[in-house]
Amino acid sequence: MNEQTPRIHYLNVNYGVRSWLLTKDHKRIGLLYLAVISLMFVIGGVFALLVRLELLTPGPDLVTADNYNKLFTMHGIVMVFFFLIPSIPAVLGNFLLPIMIGARDLAFPRLNLLSWYVFMLGAAFTIYAMLTGGVDTGWTFYTPFSTTASNTNVIATALGIFINGFSSILTGLNFIVTVHKMRAPGMTWFRLPLFVWAHYATSLIMVLGTPVLAITIVLVALDRAFHFGFFDPAYGGDPVLFQHLFWFYSHPAVYIMILPAMGVISELIGCFSRKRIYGYTFIAGSSIAIALLGFLVWGHHMFISSQSIYASLIFSFLSFAVAIPSAVKVFNWTATLYKGSVSFRAPMLYALGFIGLFTIGGLTGLFLASIGVDVHVTDTYFVVAHFHYIMVGGAIMAYLGGLHYWWPKISGKLYPEAWARVAAVILFVGFNLTFFPQFVLGYIGMPRRYHVYPEEFQVLNVMSTAGASILGMGYLLPLLYLVWSLRYGSPATANPWGAFGLEWQTSSPPPPDNFDHAPRVEHEAYAYERLSLEEVKVGS
Amino acid sequence: MLKDLPLFPAQASTVAAEVDNLFFFLLGLTVFFSLLIALLLVVFAVRYRRRSEDERPAPIEGDLRLELGWTVIPFLITMVIFVWSAVVYARLTRAPDDALPVFVVGKQWMWHVQHLEGAREINEVHVPVGRAVRLTMTSEDVIHSFYVPDFRIKQDVLPGRYTTVWFEATRPGRYHLFCAEYCGTQHSGMIGWVIAMEPAEYEAWLAGGRGQSLVSAGEELFNQLGCVTCHSGESGSRGPNLAGVFGKTVQLASGEQVLADEGYLRESIVNPRARVVAGFEPVMPVFKGTVSEEQLMQLIAYIKALEVAAAPAAAEPQPAGSIR
Repeated sequence: MNEQTPRIHYLNVNYGVRSWLLTKDHKRIGLLYLAVISLMFVIGGVFALLVRLELLTPGPDLVTADNYNKLFTMHGIVMVFFFLIPSIPAVLGNFLLPIMIGARDLAFPRLNLLSWYVFMLGAAFTIYAMLTGGVDTGWTFYTPFSTTASNTNVIATALGIFINGFSSILTGLNFIVTVHKMRAPGMTWFRLPLFVWAHYATSLIMVLGTPVLAITIVLVALDRAFHFGFFDPAYGGDPVLFQHLFWFYSHPAVYIMILPAMGVISELIGCFSRKRIYGYTFIAGSSIAIALLGFLVWGHHMFISSQSIYASLIFSFLSFAVAIPSAVKVFNWTATLYKGSVSFRAPMLYALGFIGLFTIGGLTGLFLASIGVDVHVTDTYFVVAHFHYIMVGGAIMAYLGGLHYWWPKISGKLYPEAWARVAAVILFVGFNLTFFPQFVLGYIGMPRRYHVYPEEFQVLNVMSTAGASILGMGYLLPLLYLVWSLRYGSPATANPWGAFGLEWQTSSPPPPDNFDHAPRVEHEAYAYERLSLEEVKVGS
Repeated sequence: MLKDLPLFPAQASTVAAEVDNLFFFLLGLTVFFSLLIALLLVVFAVRYRRRSEDERPAPIEGDLRLELGWTVIPFLITMVIFVWSAVVYARLTRAPDDALPVFVVGKQWMWHVQHLEGAREINEVHVPVGRAVRLTMTSEDVIHSFYVPDFRIKQDVLPGRYTTVWFEATRPGRYHLFCAEYCGTQHSGMIGWVIAMEPAEYEAWLAGGRGQSLVSAGEELFNQLGCVTCHSGESGSRGPNLAGVFGKTVQLASGEQVLADEGYLRESIVNPRARVVAGFEPVMPVFKGTVSEEQLMQLIAYIKALEVAAAPAAAEPQPAGSIR
């Protein structure tokens, strides 16, 4: 066990702006992503804050209708395309995937750096579009509103998302090749950590789905700029065709956000109950099943769009089917705790919070898959609540849990444990206070994207905004204490949790080439029973 | 404060209770499974909490029967929901044959409503209770969505095509009508009321409405636009006879067949060369842009009324129920 911090690691191997901006080290690129998506999260969060403040009262008081429409649009665009989709894969995946499989780097380090620059270019376009007037189409860009009626910066924003898509494709491609070709000796497919399986499945979606979004965006731009008329009925086009194309990517995109989160949770549950994940094969297989089935359910966004009722029935059936692999994962995680050795460190609190919120998010998805009920609740706050339970309660809780768990590895410093536990609890409580009232609000009929609303909806909106202020504070805490720990945190050992996995066998932070000696894998993942007494005691 | 906290919408249509029953079943299921998972998590986490740092619990191999069990049983449960929800959906989509027709045009940011007898309204729809009402809807600009929460119905309203939705109000009252598909600046202002009235009151309201009936307005347009010159119904006319065409299957020049529903009639006016009837030349001028969506609905109401008339000239406004 290497207890010393090595003299040379990836952070101190060289210094200066050039050494970062021209780095080919996947770990540094992960940190570059961390910096920029943290900024995007703050921007998207400010938009959300303004939206919630406006909704405190039924009338229009804080912002104009046009500005309100821009706020929720840009909140969605920033959070989905520039935070959630890159969050776990581009930060934690980039940093950990090569280390977890015992590789020195990703298969294509230059391509990896390129993907970050492409991301930056896309973000720059989108931020330019925001600063020069914003966009008001909703993050969904529904035609013909986006192609004929909106007077805002649709094309510049869409171009930003188009460019950003290529960064996703490059990352996905890199991960797929890396998992196939770069595994250390002995690292068979069924010894891969579930985090890697989840990222492999996510990468399939990124590579297969994102091009469809890119094509769709090009068609929107052509329609808007040159009146090609693909989606404009005035030219014989079909506005609903856009919805098919958009959701063909954007539904799988939900799985781009949640699959890596599930991968993180598997690692956390394994480590903090010190046990092999129950039903490893079922969890690995369910990730692939979700990735594939996820491509066949897009029509459940369109039950009231005039889509054929037979198509709706098939999409409804498939949507129920895709719920099963997710349910299986929840059961398996729960079963892993049975006869385990459960520790309540902060990352575990995030993981337990994830399971609770994801369960509610998943089960309320069944309401939306049921066509008869979906007709009533679609396009209302019920849907808003549902997908925030998945994306915020699920994906962001997992992202933060993972960030805490691997923080000692990434930074070489320990975060303050007490603060982290407090933040996890505040986030869990604040999240539920914010979004639970929105389920009720949706069922009693408040449509989403409403700037002003009838008075009977006010009480629930006030509750939601009050919760959001707690949630917002919850997000500030990790931002502050993690940055604080960079300077003042105690130095981390190689394996502060007593965790199993190649990333814990190298020093914290890892050397530039990840390992001092090329690793050889002899055991399946999560073989916690094989850890030596010294290894597990490190965590105390 | 609590009395201002609404928790459930009114059940004001025949389908509302059916939707709610399924909703309550799903709610029960959600509460059951959420509590089950939460309980197991808490019990396991507390019961098996780490008591000393050197614990290394024995691994537990998966049990195939258990895992198949919690794969197959949830699947079977979801299939029950699937079938149930499909049955509810079938009720929501299939309008009774004798439904009262009402015509709705959505535009940024208001609802235009026309009744067969001639009454017109904006952002209000008066309907009788105890009678099915079928809305034929289109949009003049972007996509809107016709949503009445207390009826549990919602349907997107699209430009360039007709969509329909039906409901039967069960209780007199004023019910919120919302636009549920984001449509621009005043999206949240595109709201109104569905006003359900006792049949007698409704009849009185109708009688108070001014203006031509839809059929006679359509007849006027039919003559004014010159439709009548080619669609006179006499043999040798340049256009097909329209009397009785609605609801029939039409043989097209392309060899295909099409049901002459409202959508086909609309298309044949705005873009007549899209699907030409067999035996006729594609000579009809395009009326896109010439006729508004509301006028199109009047023309179609007139063409539908021709079914019961001997000849176009003899067409009289029909009482609502007989026009189909």
